[in-house]
Amino acid sequence: MTTFRSAVTTAHAWGSPSRWRALAGFALAAAMLFGLAPAVLSEFRLNLLAKFLCYAIVAVGIGLAWGRGGMLTLGQGVFFGLGAYLMAMHLKLADAELRDGPGSVPVFLQIAGFTEVPGWWAPLASPVVTLLAILVLPALVAVLLGLVIFKRRVKGAYFAILSQALAAAFAILLVGQQSVGGSNGLSSFHSFFGFALNDPVNMRMLFFIAAGTLLAVVLFAWQLTRSRYGELLVAVRDQEERVRFLGYDPANIKVAAYAVAAAFAGIAGALFVPVVGIVSPADVGVLPSIAFLIGVAIGGRETLLGPVIGAIAVAWAQTTLSEQFPSMWTYAQGLLFIAVVGFLPGGLASIVAVLKRRSGTVTKPGVRHATAPEEATA
Amino acid sequence: MDVVIGQLLTGMSTGSILLLAALGLSLVFGQMGVINMAHGEFIMAGSYTAFVTQQVLGTAGVSLPVALVTGFAVGGLLGVALEATLIRRLYHRPLDTLLVTFGVGMVLQQLARDVFGAPAVNVTAPQWLVGGVELFGTVVPKTRVFILVLATLCVLALTAVLRYTAMGRRIRAVVGNRDLAETAGISSRRTDLTTFFIGSGLAGVAGVALTLIGSTSPTTGQSYVIDAFLVVVAGGLGQLKGAVIAAFALGSLQSFFEYSTTASLAKVGVFLVIVIFLQLRPQGLFSLKTRSLA
Repeated sequence: MTTFRSAVTTAHAWGSPSRWRALAGFALAAAMLFGLAPAVLSEFRLNLLAKFLCYAIVAVGIGLAWGRGGMLTLGQGVFFGLGAYLMAMHLKLADAELRDGPGSVPVFLQIAGFTEVPGWWAPLASPVVTLLAILVLPALVAVLLGLVIFKRRVKGAYFAILSQALAAAFAILLVGQQSVGGSNGLSSFHSFFGFALNDPVNMRMLFFIAAGTLLAVVLFAWQLTRSRYGELLVAVRDQEERVRFLGYDPANIKVAAYAVAAAFAGIAGALFVPVVGIVSPADVGVLPSIAFLIGVAIGGRETLLGPVIGAIAVAWAQTTLSEQFPSMWTYAQGLLFIAVVGFLPGGLASIVAVLKRRSGTVTKPGVRHATAPEEATA
Repeated sequence: MDVVIGQLLTGMSTGSILLLAALGLSLVFGQMGVINMAHGEFIMAGSYTAFVTQQVLGTAGVSLPVALVTGFAVGGLLGVALEATLIRRLYHRPLDTLLVTFGVGMVLQQLARDVFGAPAVNVTAPQWLVGGVELFGTVVPKTRVFILVLATLCVLALTAVLRYTAMGRRIRAVVGNRDLAETAGISSRRTDLTTFFIGSGLAGVAGVALTLIGSTSPTTGQSYVIDAFLVVVAGGLGQLKGAVIAAFALGSLQSFFEYSTTASLAKVGVFLVIVIFLQLRPQGLFSLKTRSLA
């Protein structure tokens, strides 16, 4: 954005070794997602992986807002849900239009007693409006909420609690709305922008879309964290007052990261719907919102790839383990959370640094605290 | 007019439940900056204590008073165990205490599910709490009056302890200025443990009281903890009077919203009011005057 760079950013300039290493890693990830995974995984597993990739997209945003920005957002389910419901409503309208012609009412709405599509739904019949809404609406909600919270300097813990309360209120609100399926949510979609969803080829295509989106999101976040803005974000996390004294408004810096995280979550939610085939209030409330965090914390909140790998690993472990030992998984998840956050705050990504420090080969502390010291007294 | 009084009474009742759930939280959050998400599970532990006590003692009339005492002890001991093993390592990372205690809550919930089963269990109210009393032309269930009285007693007891005992003075000293209190020879370690015991014990009491108005399941605590946190946020950190006013204000607000809209919209309404309120007073209703920059 600006023509001058700080000393730290120049180290990350084009052509530096770290950039080449990152690009190589990026190419490797792309090869695995686009080459290896479709070759070795069954249709069922590939679809499962597509779902995990959606979680990973949310995780990248959380890594940005929480790991880099120090904003513990316990309400990403809200933005995920906004994206998901917008997409689900569009798919429902499109299905009805395909079957009974334009402007017809989806069957579940008829059962709920609606004779026509509610006015606030109707614009979602257009694919363009839907896609725009998915990109804009979650970010807009985040900007509004972020402005009212951060401008008044409401601090870390307060923000966490408010974001969680928002998730609770959102889920309760959805349960009460029969026009979006109430507690059952929306399900049984037949087509996705004109492509039949029961066709394995199209499901495979959805996987590639999810993989491509994840790579794009990671790339975007990578650019962001290496920019001047990325440094300001970390600065706000570590010493908000000093950044203020330097003439910046920390609130704007925080709001931007929060909005980007919300947009990522919205996109992930929109992809989740055709991949999984259902969205309900159970996917957007307090528990799923915190489940998003678990993967990020375990993978390493301050890194770029840690959240991605953590989210996929946790979701994968949950799916495979909870089939066999449902109650064991909850214990494992809780204990893992306690162990990682309590004793390894940098996540698994920091384990090498921690071990090195323990053995005395590195004297520089490898793990930073994600919260600024002043917050201890807040 | 009857409607207003009826809604006001419902609001008072909801408020007293909120207050019971938030009282201990406010103490712990206010003194130590610890966000204890397992507070909800401590409430649940109190509810199950009431259930077990009734199974053992049989008669509801005897088991309720006994459960209030044992519930306090069970909640308090859980709190002490949590503080001694995990929280004390995390005093400089308040946001991480939130996540760690959430993990603890998950484990406790699953534990309850494995021990007591996933279906909800019921505790019978004692004979002297069956039926209702007429207040200003509206019939209020006796159980709700009991909870209101209990909440009031808890506030009075806590105020008395904080104001008139040596222990209370130590707690207030540590809240006011931890370093200075240390310098004056107060062990902030032991004070923290005491605070956690009292705060978590109050969660246990809240859990026992909640069995009077609903059934108990492993997820009982979850539904209260977020509302309780909102009370603490709106009331101001560690401010007893703030918590009391906020609890009754939010309770009444919710009951009026519920009357004019639906229960689900009421939740959203209450949330919006809190966010707007924080625009006016970001530090909550009352705030401790300190010299800290943060």
